[in-house]
Amino acid sequence: MSANVSAIGFFTRTRRAGRIDITDVLSWLWLIGGTLAVLVPVLWAGMSSLKPEAEITRFPPTLLPRAAVQMEVQGFDKPLSLWNVTVDGETREMAMVRRIGLKAQMVDPENPGTPVSVDTRTISPVQRLTVATENYTDPLTRFSFLTFLKNSVFVTFIATLLTLIVNALAAFALSKYRFRGDKTIFVLIISTMMIPLTVVMVPAYLVIVGVGLVDNLWGVIIPTVASPTGVFLLRQYMLTIPDELIEAARVDAASEFRIFWRIVLPLTAPALAVLAIFSVLWRWNDFLWPLIVLSSRENFTLQVGLNAFQGEFSVQWHYILAMTFLSLVPVTLVFLFLQRYITTGIAGTGMK
Amino acid sequence: MARATGFADRALDLVMALFEAPINAVERLIGKGGMPYVFLAPNLVLFGIFTFLPIAIAIGYAFTGGTELLISNRPFVGLDNFRKLMTCDSYLVPGSCEESLFWTAIWNTLWFVGFNVAATLLVALVTALILNRAIAARGFFRAMFFYPVLLSPVVIGLIWKWFLDRNGLLNVFLQMLGVPPEIFLLDVGWSRFFVVVVSVWFHMGFYTLILLAGLQAIPKDLYEAAAIDAATPSRTLFRITLPLLGPNLLVVLILLMIRSVQIFDEAWVLTNGGGPGTANTFLVQYIYQMAFAGDLRLFGLASAASVLMGLVLLVLTLAQLRLGKKVES
Repeated sequence: MSANVSAIGFFTRTRRAGRIDITDVLSWLWLIGGTLAVLVPVLWAGMSSLKPEAEITRFPPTLLPRAAVQMEVQGFDKPLSLWNVTVDGETREMAMVRRIGLKAQMVDPENPGTPVSVDTRTISPVQRLTVATENYTDPLTRFSFLTFLKNSVFVTFIATLLTLIVNALAAFALSKYRFRGDKTIFVLIISTMMIPLTVVMVPAYLVIVGVGLVDNLWGVIIPTVASPTGVFLLRQYMLTIPDELIEAARVDAASEFRIFWRIVLPLTAPALAVLAIFSVLWRWNDFLWPLIVLSSRENFTLQVGLNAFQGEFSVQWHYILAMTFLSLVPVTLVFLFLQRYITTGIAGTGMK
Repeated sequence: MARATGFADRALDLVMALFEAPINAVERLIGKGGMPYVFLAPNLVLFGIFTFLPIAIAIGYAFTGGTELLISNRPFVGLDNFRKLMTCDSYLVPGSCEESLFWTAIWNTLWFVGFNVAATLLVALVTALILNRAIAARGFFRAMFFYPVLLSPVVIGLIWKWFLDRNGLLNVFLQMLGVPPEIFLLDVGWSRFFVVVVSVWFHMGFYTLILLAGLQAIPKDLYEAAAIDAATPSRTLFRITLPLLGPNLLVVLILLMIRSVQIFDEAWVLTNGGGPGTANTFLVQYIYQMAFAGDLRLFGLASAASVLMGLVLLVLTLAQLRLGKKVES
């Protein structure tokens, strides 16, 4: 019973100045444990992505990317591998010429003379810190990841731009005008928040076929442009803009479009920024819909390309992890710089 | 910064110059009162074509058969698709059903939803309660827990696939403890367990944030009053914190259920398309496979399954809306 009480106390007590009790310790353990649980798998993948192909499946693995060292030695055609050799209690680096059973022929790489015979059980390979940049450069040049990257950037940028304009226009109409059917239209738009893609993906694909956008990046972009969350977020913000500003502009004979573009839109900038961040994240990470719409390789986005690549080259982890990490970078940057906007955006609207 | 603003200004000017004349011409034609409809038009057209039309088609599709995509070429089969999905000797035994994969997927999804909802809710609640305390570096920890929410499901699937690999870090830790290595994703039990773990890891930050907002909305003077009355911590938790958080908890619970039913992306990547066997084949994957994978093209069956799933989600969403109203009032 007393253990039970202290477990509960651990959630409710607030720290009194100058006193650290068990609940603080447990809180810290939970938070630090959680942070490690978040970071370790991500960093492990990142570290692994820097390892050369031969090293990546070594078990147990090394923490830092290392590789066996090979060296050109005078008098030998091929580069020789370097080994740590202990001779007469003194450890030296020597190059291996050949290996026969338990004996290895070694030479001094600096001063190659007659090879000496060494017991292989006393030697270990020399490993140096090596960053396998080819894990990143190869997929970009050989496996069309540059195309995937370009497609993802295109989809993300255009879709976000259109999302902002189309939904801001609708939000403007719904917040600054009273017209027949305004409430109905608002409810109709908001109600589409309830319809997830997974329910309508089969017929939505038919529509894409019907308008001729199968296997086309525009087929990925256009269906996602009208966003109920976007309309809702922008409308709520525009409601706070005083109507007097708009009336004053009307007195000055400004057109309705000018009022929208010159007065309302600039004042909505903070809400537009939040929507833009979300839109970028949605599009960059989107998987199921592009997977359905896109069928040829040159149209794949990064996520679809990654998925296809891991299916085809399931053993090439050094490439897969490098590309995984590459696609992580923009999202991580967005997170580092704009974290505050994202969390307040979610707390304010409950959207994701 | 000044240069960036200058660029944005010029871009805005350019759009204004391009579109003002034609839009103003429309305004003169239909009058100011008609303009809101013009502003709404792009949005409504897109919603109509890509949301409302598909709903109508989905229902139509569900009553047709064949492999043709165009609805006019598809034979009407009445309730045949639904009958096929629902024909079972025992709903508890997927193997006894006509569409055994459908029922395998349903049971997999139900088990996943149960465990995932419970685990995510518990972890998110504990984290939110801790982050609500006056603890140092709160912002840092909140951000840290939230980070995975932003990642792509494909990336998360791959990162965890590597972590759980035969040569992965988890096996290294196990080896240090003297436990023999395990190929987790080829084992039915372990793979199901880790699909839940990955899902909690992915989404808990989002629910933590919502619960934290709820906790911070609880008036501080209630706690001060409790302190004056020398209430025990457990009393404070059960009499103040949880009852006042209750409506938020219910909303989170239903939101979690709605999202869990739709599990697909990260599980698909992590388990190589629902494996081992069909141990991690979920409902959305079933729909996807029937309609798009290989040459099945069973759009009618897929739509019938979608309609059934849509009905479940509709009930959950209506429950959420009712509760949401209660939270506000």
